[in-house]
Amino acid sequence: MNATLRRLSTIVMVMFLALMVSTTWIQFVSAESLNSDGRNVRTIYSALARDRGPIVVGGEPIVTSVPVDDNYKYLRTYSEGDAGAASVYAPVTGYFAINGTVTGMERYANSYLAGEDDSLWLDRLQNLITGEEAQGSSVELTIDPKVQKAAWDALGDRNGAAVALDPKTGAILAMVSKPSYDPNTLAVHDSAEVTATSEALINDKPQIGTIGGEERFSVYGPTINRTINATFPPGSTFKLLTSAAAIEYDGMTPDTTIPAPNLYRLPGTSTDVQNYGGETCSSTGEMTLKDALAISCNTAFLGLANTVGKDGMQQMFEDFGFTESLDIPMSTSIGAYPGLIGGENDDDSDARIALSGMGQGSVRMTPLQVAMISAAVANDGELMEPYLIDNVRDSDLELVSQTKPSRYKSPFSSSTADALTEMMLSVVTDGSGTGAQIPGVEVAGKTGTAEDDPRSPTLWFTSFAPADDPQVAVAVVLENEGQSTDESTGGALASPIAAQIMQAAIAK
Amino acid sequence: MTALRPEENAPARIAEAVLLVIALALGMGGMWMVGYSLEDGLPEGFWTYTIVLAALAFTAHIVLRLRAPYADQVILPAVVLLNSVSMAMILRQDLVDIRGANASRHLMWTALGIIVACVVIFVIRDHRSLRRLTYTAMIVGIVLVVLPLIPGLGQEVNGAKIWIYIGGFSLQPAEFAKIAFAVFFAGYLVANRDTLALAGKKFMGLQLPRLRDLGPILIVWAVSLAVLIGEKDLGTSLLFFGLFVGMLYLATDRVGWIVIGLVMFAAGAVVAWSIFSHVQGRVDVWLDPLNAELYDRDFGGSYQIVQGMFAMAYGGMFGAGWGEGYPQYVPFAFSDFIYAALGEELGLTGLLAILLIYLVIVQRGLRHAIGVRDGFGKLLAGGLAFVMALQLFVVVGGITRIIPLTGLTLPFMAQGGSSLLANWIVIALMLRISDAARRPSSLPTRGALADPAPAMVGGGAIEVGGGSPVQAETDAGAGRGATPDDATQIVRGVDR
Repeated sequence: MNATLRRLSTIVMVMFLALMVSTTWIQFVSAESLNSDGRNVRTIYSALARDRGPIVVGGEPIVTSVPVDDNYKYLRTYSEGDAGAASVYAPVTGYFAINGTVTGMERYANSYLAGEDDSLWLDRLQNLITGEEAQGSSVELTIDPKVQKAAWDALGDRNGAAVALDPKTGAILAMVSKPSYDPNTLAVHDSAEVTATSEALINDKPQIGTIGGEERFSVYGPTINRTINATFPPGSTFKLLTSAAAIEYDGMTPDTTIPAPNLYRLPGTSTDVQNYGGETCSSTGEMTLKDALAISCNTAFLGLANTVGKDGMQQMFEDFGFTESLDIPMSTSIGAYPGLIGGENDDDSDARIALSGMGQGSVRMTPLQVAMISAAVANDGELMEPYLIDNVRDSDLELVSQTKPSRYKSPFSSSTADALTEMMLSVVTDGSGTGAQIPGVEVAGKTGTAEDDPRSPTLWFTSFAPADDPQVAVAVVLENEGQSTDESTGGALASPIAAQIMQAAIAK
Repeated sequence: MTALRPEENAPARIAEAVLLVIALALGMGGMWMVGYSLEDGLPEGFWTYTIVLAALAFTAHIVLRLRAPYADQVILPAVVLLNSVSMAMILRQDLVDIRGANASRHLMWTALGIIVACVVIFVIRDHRSLRRLTYTAMIVGIVLVVLPLIPGLGQEVNGAKIWIYIGGFSLQPAEFAKIAFAVFFAGYLVANRDTLALAGKKFMGLQLPRLRDLGPILIVWAVSLAVLIGEKDLGTSLLFFGLFVGMLYLATDRVGWIVIGLVMFAAGAVVAWSIFSHVQGRVDVWLDPLNAELYDRDFGGSYQIVQGMFAMAYGGMFGAGWGEGYPQYVPFAFSDFIYAALGEELGLTGLLAILLIYLVIVQRGLRHAIGVRDGFGKLLAGGLAFVMALQLFVVVGGITRIIPLTGLTLPFMAQGGSSLLANWIVIALMLRISDAARRPSSLPTRGALADPAPAMVGGGAIEVGGGSPVQAETDAGAGRGATPDDATQIVRGVDR
């Protein structure tokens, strides 16, 4: 029996070896993917019990970890607990809740804030040797507090969003979303309270007018960052993209004459589209591209999109990178364009393409994407990658990383950019966007009023300034704040907001 | 021989005492760190736990010195180490009020386990006396297995019906049944192994046993299948069947038996899988635990195993440290999933160390099975060591997804009275046999000139037949023993 006992002992060895391998597999080989699984709350909890780094804006920490005397050790505090100030930055900072929900910068910069990023390996090694607890790094944002404040104040009580970029670098200077919320209410160390508050917030969707005696509500609650995670029909601001495609691909110039009829029949249908209120764009039935953009003539751009064609329009949409998600570091929503959405209901017939020429049909974009159109025009056709983290410093304030601006896409040539600038200038000087004028500064912009049935129209303005040396590109959206589809409403309501934001950015 | 005086020239068991101190120190260190991590001070009851554990361990040490002085000196400290580390882990979970974790109860059962182990060592002076209980053990084993199926007594917990409830106490009879079965198999096989090994036709290179010899194996197969179907527990069923097949192989050296056994078990398992949704669920969870639908399933889903995997992954190489993990998210982190909780706080390093300690215990057990002289002792020691290895494989393999998850518990570590008590009895028997194996014998050892002629060895040789006994090349060492068991070994040697 001794021989069989020895063999059995070998079998036992093999069994134990299998256990060691399987244990190693879980704890070492697949540990990283298991740790990053969204259902695993451990990483978040351990991050909570740690001295998380601050989030800094303009040299001042706006989010800090305050030591408290409970099991969590630290309370995440936003704008020193000031509900008003915290709401201004809420779409950027996000919040850190003990039930495991983490959003915004708190989530996407977690590895820095928690002091766990690979770039902090030297600090981690030091901590391992000295036995000190890991301290988080501070994350400094590109947000300019003056611009942020101006955007917040300018939007007032309206539902909507505003985003401002430095077109030369892609740095995001302001990111405001309304309605907002106070992250402090979600950071409390009482699980039941957090759950109740967050449920209330999710369901607290703002009313966006009354249509047919029925109250209508936004699909987005206050915790959604409307600049990057909400999409709206871009309306006439999209005419910039249609123009860009016509100039870039079809060799047109601002002075090219295009048809501008009173009625435009959508190709392959018997549906006629007219301008707002049946207005006439041109007595001759045709006008220059520049004039068509300045007064935002719908029929002209329906025809123009049809001329450019499906391939060209799609190409331009994709060349802007609008079908891809960005990590700014928050993950942004992608835009929608006929034929690029996918799925059975994605209608890319000629009629839909024509409609897309004025940003209607199934076109949807985020405010950041609309701002990126202006930014690309402002930066000679070079679209810089938008980003929010300027630099990261470890707990000893030593620089860990500094973001270097990088080119994201080149949707069109610099001559196209010049042509578009010329057209956008005329929008503000004597077109639909006169409300965006700033004394002594040349502003280039475009209004937008998008039908968003069954809701009231959504109003837009996107612009950049100064035209000769662009320092800021903005997009403002007023979610279903329009009373009619009259193009001037977008200009009247949204353009002054953009002007105030640009003014704050230029004055810095 | 006076009952309470150590035998003359017996080892003083210094090594064991030193190792015990180290083992207890590790457990104490664990509890100390748990306290400082969670409460910035010694945990409540620290000294009680420490003193009781130390007193129990050294009581066992003294009992061994008195009653089994030649017994293995590593096994006891190894088990004490596992037990006191688990004490720290359960205390840690008790401190944060995890429902069900109860450190004082764990201490109580540990104490009872060690005391019963001492009693076993004290009362059973010679393991061969257990051979008389062969068929009693069989009946006890079957009764124990059937108990949870009796309505009113058994209760279904998490889909498996392996518990019985008596007067507020819950017991897992299977834990005790495995000891009874080991005794029964050892006794049965030592008497019948030659019939099982020699008779039968050859088929495709495998020597198949005769049909009538299949009787007992069919009974065991039926019992373990009954466990699988009636109690819905793959682990216990695998444990019994594996134990029997393993011991059958030990006794007969016939690979044919293993093949038949595995085929029969596989057939039973497939049938159970195709009939019971419960078993199908377990298999689904085993194959794809991270599947969102399985994870969110209220009952029979993969939540527990996934949380266990998360816990282990969080532990990583070196662990989060005592008290720094999140056992509150792993259901039953103090019993069925204590392996995952340990992995979270002690890391891969800690778990590999724990596995190695188990391996040492099992391999020591097998080593003494080789060393002991009688066939019954060999089979019993081999069986007990193997059943512990098998249980570990089923438990850890279930948590780390080598096999579907089952309801067995980690010996000496999981909180649970039956498991602690039964496994301490296993250790007591292992120590008893090791004492017999290492005790200097007055009989000639292997290679020494055989004194008695093989023909005079005893009745056993004649009984089993199979050619004239030749002693020289037998692996058991011819002429060494005077028991019938050894005679059967001699005959086996001829068969080679």
